[in-house]
Amino acid sequence: MSMESAAGRGLAAPRPRSERTIRAQRALDILVRSIVPVLLALAAGAILLLALGRDPLSFYRNIWDGGVAAGSWQDSAIAMAPFLLIAAGLTLIFRANIWNLGYNGQFLLGAALVSGYAPSLVKDVPLWLAFTLLFLLSGAVAGAWTLLPAILKARFGTNEIITTLMMSFIGIDLASILIKGPFHDPSTPLPQTAVIPLNKMLPSIPGTRIHIGLLVAIAAILVVHYLLTRTSWGLRLQIMGANPRAARHFGISLARLTVVSFLASGFLVGLAACADIMGLWGYIRTGWNPAYGDLIIPFVFLARLNALAVVPFVAFFAVLYTGGDLAAQQANLPTDFLYILVGLILLFMTVIEYLGRKRALGASYLTPGLKQSLRSGLIRRRRAK
Amino acid sequence: MSGANLASGIGLPSPVSSSRPSTLIELRGITKAFPGVVANDCIDLTLRGGEIHCLLGENGAGKSTLIGILSGLIRPDAGRIAIDGVETAITSPRRALELGIGTVHQHSTLIPALTVLENLMLGDSRTLRLNERAARSRLADLSAQLSVEIDPDARVADLALGHQQQVEIVKALWRGSRLLILDEPTSMLTPQGVAELAKVLDRLKQSGQAVVFITHKLHEALTLGDQISILRQGRLVGEITPEEIRTQSQAELRAEIIRIMFGEEARSVAGVAELREELTSAPTARRTDSGDVVLELRKLTVRGAGSERGVDDISFQLHEGEILGIAGIDGHGQRALAEAIAGQRHPSHGQVLLYGAEVTGLPVSARQKLGLRYVTDDRLGEGIVGMLPVSLNLFLKRIGEAPYWRRGRIQRSVIDKRAGELVREFDVRAPSVATRVATLSGGNIQKVLLARELSFNPKVVVFHKPTYGLDVKTTATVRELIRRLAADGGAALVISTDLDELLEICDRIAVLSRGRLVGTVANGPDAAEQVGELMIGDVPVEEAA
Repeated sequence: MSMESAAGRGLAAPRPRSERTIRAQRALDILVRSIVPVLLALAAGAILLLALGRDPLSFYRNIWDGGVAAGSWQDSAIAMAPFLLIAAGLTLIFRANIWNLGYNGQFLLGAALVSGYAPSLVKDVPLWLAFTLLFLLSGAVAGAWTLLPAILKARFGTNEIITTLMMSFIGIDLASILIKGPFHDPSTPLPQTAVIPLNKMLPSIPGTRIHIGLLVAIAAILVVHYLLTRTSWGLRLQIMGANPRAARHFGISLARLTVVSFLASGFLVGLAACADIMGLWGYIRTGWNPAYGDLIIPFVFLARLNALAVVPFVAFFAVLYTGGDLAAQQANLPTDFLYILVGLILLFMTVIEYLGRKRALGASYLTPGLKQSLRSGLIRRRRAK
Repeated sequence: MSGANLASGIGLPSPVSSSRPSTLIELRGITKAFPGVVANDCIDLTLRGGEIHCLLGENGAGKSTLIGILSGLIRPDAGRIAIDGVETAITSPRRALELGIGTVHQHSTLIPALTVLENLMLGDSRTLRLNERAARSRLADLSAQLSVEIDPDARVADLALGHQQQVEIVKALWRGSRLLILDEPTSMLTPQGVAELAKVLDRLKQSGQAVVFITHKLHEALTLGDQISILRQGRLVGEITPEEIRTQSQAELRAEIIRIMFGEEARSVAGVAELREELTSAPTARRTDSGDVVLELRKLTVRGAGSERGVDDISFQLHEGEILGIAGIDGHGQRALAEAIAGQRHPSHGQVLLYGAEVTGLPVSARQKLGLRYVTDDRLGEGIVGMLPVSLNLFLKRIGEAPYWRRGRIQRSVIDKRAGELVREFDVRAPSVATRVATLSGGNIQKVLLARELSFNPKVVVFHKPTYGLDVKTTATVRELIRRLAADGGAALVISTDLDELLEICDRIAVLSRGRLVGTVANGPDAAEQVGELMIGDVPVEEAA
């Protein structure tokens, strides 16, 4: 009986099992490679805190208290809304192997226009229509700001890293000009826009203080994930990212796809701006540049450009971001200390990636024949002695 | 001791005697592994002066690695090399030259813009001042020795490939070589060029030079080699000694080599080899101009991309049931031609007609749907997307089309089912259709490409170097698929640099030279010579016009 079952197993089982173990191993590998850098960064941060004469345990406890405990998780959730929308926009375009690094300019232009038009719009038209129009406006403006780099890239192959960064600087200054000029609130000498009344801001999810911008963000993440994994458009995008020459061979129009993915990426960044202004701030002043994108990029990579996997990372970072302010104040450190933690995550991510790749190669490096020849070589050498 | 090497270079002929010449270089237990593959596994080899030693093996058998080790480009993981009985490490290409080992690589290492003499003096980096007079006399000596004529002041770019190769050989011998390594030297040559090379090698042999000649063509090994070593999957699996070559008939040797090269697969391959023999020895023009015209090019002119050559004023007709070959040396516009027909590149002038209707303006996908297919030569670079599974790779030219996508949404089960059928039909060896295509072997990747292009009612198929780098068995399968396509009423355009391949399968062979079609030859007994003449023949100098 036992023999029979063993034989049956031996015949039928090996392939699916090995396939399953391979898949499980790969999943574990990805998990390790994603989480270990975060843990190492926290540990290194702790050592740094010790060296500065601070108590790392109380620092991290303060982050917990300020970002999770006693309802403060709701603040973290609010912070997540723009993070997720930007992450969605970046994930989408990075998959195409196009680097839209102009998100700061795109974001601020969207934010400036929303802050400029919202105060009058929320008074004049029904709120739901005002919100819809503002989201679309912000998305359209931010998307339009990617158009020049997109066309240059599509038509002449211009390096989009440089063009988007340049356009970003122009966008930031243009936003500043708008705030000081046409959108300036005449009732205050400060360079800022009129404040939107609290009751005209984005409504909260019932039972919480979290504005519905978070729902927009989660919807955007789901849409991007669906696009990338299930649709022909997403497949074309990924082929272009993985191998542009192959894309040409398969008859994919690289120029059109480049422009469309730029517009989509900019649009999502614009939605982030609208959600943040209409959900949280209610106005904008010059000099304000939260540079969310810079903070989010490491997590987009940690999630391996997977739109769903970005969510837990962004949640983690939102806690760090929200609770970190308090913790840094209490430890008498500048809030920039958080950026050091983010930087450490990025550093360890690269290290782990390098080690992982080396290990993957090492596994197949020594073939039986070579091992034997090495061993015989050793024996010969020993005999020679 | 390097001085001694220089002196005993090819200037001193060794006595030609019936006994075997003395051992020059001995390799023992040479082993080299790269990630995932043992390229050389415990290889023993003895190289003698005055002998042409052929290294025979399929692509990936480890020939190039062994050459790399001998020429100092690669250090072995294990094993010993003895030169004149003294154990020596070949630590760098410079050291290899000092030891008297000269290499002619498969691809040209000459600088096209410089003259022959300038190219040769580049190797003389020992002294700061260039001694042109000494270089001239050295070149004259070596030319005389090889009985070739080389103009020292000709620009390399103006030389024919055969002459460039002679310069490469002179360059390898320049510093007093005792061992000359030639890596697949015939792959770029016309039949006439090969004959010329054989004469040069014979003279080198007479002067006591040891020659290592790498090839994957059996008949070359048999006609040129004094000793044949056969590599397979990194191992030395067999040797044919000079006595055997002297005493046995060609047919016996052939059978013996095939048995060694393919082991237990020999039987099936031997059948193929015989089949090939029959076809090459008596190729009959099976069909010419009989069927309707299915593909026509009218004065097609395509610009090259970057340094790559375009094509000028190409016109031809391809008939139903016909296999038309495009012969020519690599880089003479083949890619531009293929891509323009496939729709990947827009011609600047001229028309492409499919069944009499113009398709010049249609994109790749529309031509694909009309049955015009393109099997690219750049399998890894553009033929597949490595990170995607086999199943998706089979459908990359029909993205978004029903029933595999519905309203933009992928239908995985439909794709997997159809992919499974295609994998069986074309005998793609993959663990499953979900396997990433990059993990397959070259032959299986080519089968994936063929499955994609030859399914869904193919009519006219452009094959670009369809068997390049494939093992003999897959090569036979691919050629059979091409024949079957034509027999079933399709038509094939086979662009290849392998003249033997074109002679085996084509009805007519057109010759592409410097971006122009210089002539068309009906396949027949003397087609090889005619094609060779067209390849080297005077190109009509209308290029300026």
